[in-house]
Amino acid sequence: MAIELEHYLALGALLFAIGLYMALAKRNFVGVLMGIELMFNAVNLTFIAFSRFVSPATDVTGHVFVVFVITVAAAEAAVALALAMLVYRNRETIDVDRMDLLKW
Amino acid sequence: MEDTGSIVAFWLLAALTLGSALAVVVIRDLIRAVVLLITSFLGVAGLYITLSADFVAVVQVLIYVGAISVLLLFAVMLTPRASRDNAETFFQIPAILLTGLVAFTISLVSLDTDWTVVERGGFEETASAIGESLLDKYVLPFEMAAVLLLVAMLGAIVLVHPEGTEEE
Repeated sequence: MAIELEHYLALGALLFAIGLYMALAKRNFVGVLMGIELMFNAVNLTFIAFSRFVSPATDVTGHVFVVFVITVAAAEAAVALALAMLVYRNRETIDVDRMDLLKW
Repeated sequence: MEDTGSIVAFWLLAALTLGSALAVVVIRDLIRAVVLLITSFLGVAGLYITLSADFVAVVQVLIYVGAISVLLLFAVMLTPRASRDNAETFFQIPAILLTGLVAFTISLVSLDTDWTVVERGGFEETASAIGESLLDKYVLPFEMAAVLLLVAMLGAIVLVHPEGTEEE
């Protein structure tokens, strides 16, 4: 059985689901970030799969978009981890369910 | 995508990626979770190669495997042992339901849709084409990405710098 576009799309959906679960349910802030990175990877994989199977051979728009997504993901990871350090310094924890200053 | 080699490569890489992503969810120790996440990123890089996206695969290895995972490791190491636990919150059951629903819906739609697949081989070489389009068609987003990276790095440095918080 040859590998078609649907294989990559299903794989991307499963990877996105794993990342979504981590981002929603993990207690540690770094775990949430790892989930977000997994979701970025799933979306990038889908972009590249569409670029390979749907767009014409001279068109690399999907690749360029993935490069931009990776750039923004790197910027996001740097800022988010700096925020995690800051929260830890002020609150002595980075568990997301204990960041409850706004909860009455 | 006809020969046996690429089919075997796809299934092996898919198993590697999904397996280590699942292990990241299940495993308790955060350091081990980050190391398994690196394996998952490497699997995705291999999948890019099976899609003949050579440049993106190299960028994936450089940035995700090289930089972002090191950032994650730093964040785990700089926070104490007490918060190295990778447990779930009370939100676990709704998250499982929502995740299953999302995976089911996206898979079903993508398997059900009749994609207009172009019958052609893989890309010959993407790096030069990406470089040309970055400086031709996408030059404005390219410059904006440069500014964004600069601002993000400066912001991260200012945020974690000890004197920056004490002066105020």
